[in-house]
Amino acid sequence: MTDVPPLLRTDGLTKHFRIGGGLRRKTLHAVDGVSLEIGEREIVALAGESGSGKSTIARLLAGIYQPTSGEIYFGGKPLSGLHSRADMLGYRGDVPMVFQDPFSSINPVFRISHGVLRSLRLHRPELSKAERVEEAKRVFEIVGLTPAGELMHRFPYELSGGQRQRVGFAQALAMRPKLVLADEPVSMLDVSIRIGLLNLMKQLRDEQGVSILYITHDIASARYVADRLIVMYAGQIAEAGPVEDVLASPRHPYTQLLLSAVPDPKAELTIGADTDRGEPPRVINPEPGCRFRWRCPVFVDECMRITPQLLQLSPGHDAACHVAQSGAEVKAF
Amino acid sequence: MLRAPADGGQLATATWDDHVPVLQVRDLSVAYQTRRGDVRAVDDVSFDLGRGEFLGIVGESGCGKSTLLFAIAQLLAPPATITGGTVAFKGAELTGRSDRELAPIRWKEMSVVMQSAMNALNPVKSIGAQFADAMRAHGVSSKQQVADRSAEVLRMVGIDPEHLRSYPHQLSGGMRQRSMIAMALLFQPDLVIMDEPTSALDVVAQRSLMIQIKELQQRLGFAVIFVTHDMSLVSHFSDRLMVMYAGQVAELGATRRVFDNPRHPYSVGLMDAFPSIRGPKVPLTGIPGRPPDLARLADGCRFAPRCPHAQDRCLAGPVELVSVQDVLVRCLRAGNGVSFR
Repeated sequence: MTDVPPLLRTDGLTKHFRIGGGLRRKTLHAVDGVSLEIGEREIVALAGESGSGKSTIARLLAGIYQPTSGEIYFGGKPLSGLHSRADMLGYRGDVPMVFQDPFSSINPVFRISHGVLRSLRLHRPELSKAERVEEAKRVFEIVGLTPAGELMHRFPYELSGGQRQRVGFAQALAMRPKLVLADEPVSMLDVSIRIGLLNLMKQLRDEQGVSILYITHDIASARYVADRLIVMYAGQIAEAGPVEDVLASPRHPYTQLLLSAVPDPKAELTIGADTDRGEPPRVINPEPGCRFRWRCPVFVDECMRITPQLLQLSPGHDAACHVAQSGAEVKAF
Repeated sequence: MLRAPADGGQLATATWDDHVPVLQVRDLSVAYQTRRGDVRAVDDVSFDLGRGEFLGIVGESGCGKSTLLFAIAQLLAPPATITGGTVAFKGAELTGRSDRELAPIRWKEMSVVMQSAMNALNPVKSIGAQFADAMRAHGVSSKQQVADRSAEVLRMVGIDPEHLRSYPHQLSGGMRQRSMIAMALLFQPDLVIMDEPTSALDVVAQRSLMIQIKELQQRLGFAVIFVTHDMSLVSHFSDRLMVMYAGQVAELGATRRVFDNPRHPYSVGLMDAFPSIRGPKVPLTGIPGRPPDLARLADGCRFAPRCPHAQDRCLAGPVELVSVQDVLVRCLRAGNGVSFR
């Protein structure tokens, strides 16, 4: 088992953006030293607030951004080793992306089959025209746009938001992907149809065997679909582990804050002494030390000086927190 | 069509009687005139809002919740028009009034917080300059007064008055929404209308802002109408909850009561559409189908095509609101002790 490489692995993945010029030049650390793994047939949720770097990770994995440092391994092979257009095309077919906004990510002047047929011609040139139409029909059926024969000839404006987002998944599926990068795929949809899309993601994992990186700020939906949860804060991984494990016993103070903020109609409202305003972290020219320390009620001296590393605290469950790593029980929020 | 105001002249909100609700909405209907005919976005909506009361309005996009807010604030623009009904604010009728007549109460007695502060704030003016604009428009001319009050409201929402000199792009999303709320409180309004003010924020900022709104509301005593698509968000904050579907009130009652015992199948569906982070993991289905086309409505219950409990009689004719244990419900089956849970 151990010598089978994970489907995708990153090692110290880092992306910095330079902002300002001249003497005012600063560096924004969008993603800093992220090492993560995604296995076969696995849905991994990447959660965090806006500005935590989760979308930057998706773009790095999709090959849209070049990492500042660090490496992405797909099937054990480093991405920096892919130079030819054919190699990159192959990778992009294996790891397609589904975007957040189903209203602007589909070309409005073409029928919805257009995008699928086009990517089939590009990524699977061995198919004949008739085979491409058959294949398009197949993927539309998988994502629940039935009857596919009729629906695939519609224009985007004839579809609801939920149906359009299904088109996004159909387009990704047509490439026979191994891993789909889904960046907030349901956040713009109405609550009543979100569940349908989440169920579709589970079905794609179970029946088509694809893995999904599900990027979201909604922890409840992450729990509903994902096998593993990675919580990001200020460009770094704060905590990672099996989703039920992390939610049942969150070790990092930020995860605890995140969970305490989820509205729960069934519970009593507890307005504690927490005065956290949800202000975004400082990632421009950050100094060493834990990036959460400004908001953390349990920080110790060490947190001011040394950036905590992500370490395993129980099997498969990692956290980057000095206090949790010292063996103390963290109860911050 | 539109009625002329009974008293013809000035809005008589100054003579507000304590026993009269802040807002009385009666049979309010709004239609968008389109080539395909009238789209009735708001259909016969009636409710009262008491002094200092917090009303949550929830529903899917296109259910008419934002249009209802705009109609109440008299901010509708063509092709949308109020086709019937009345809106009385502190006892004075607002429909049919000109902008000139409405100007004295706008912002001073009734203010609006929009969904996107980024778009609602002027990007080329500092926060302080925008606050000053609003105050000067209502006749506050003393520079000292403007500066003092601006700093005071900003402090109220937990922002350092230093930021009066900041421009919107220099503030975080949460701070922008807070400064919008501060601006809405420049005078002492009796009603603040909020259209999804937290939907662009992440959960931590969202919760913090909700707690703050609630604290300010209790301290200053203004009434709130809060529109959102996220039912769980208002569950702890609103006194009453209105669930809208296809332009109509589907259910209206005390928030706790609606949450504990939702009587309209649509309310049940909305609540069950949210996965929970606690308790056992259960497979969810959401609500199948999509809302009806408001330009081509059938006679019967508007939710019937998506309702798992629909019967033949649901399609026979219009369904009226009935009161079941102090909760108004638009469902034929609601009265008989039926639980859709």
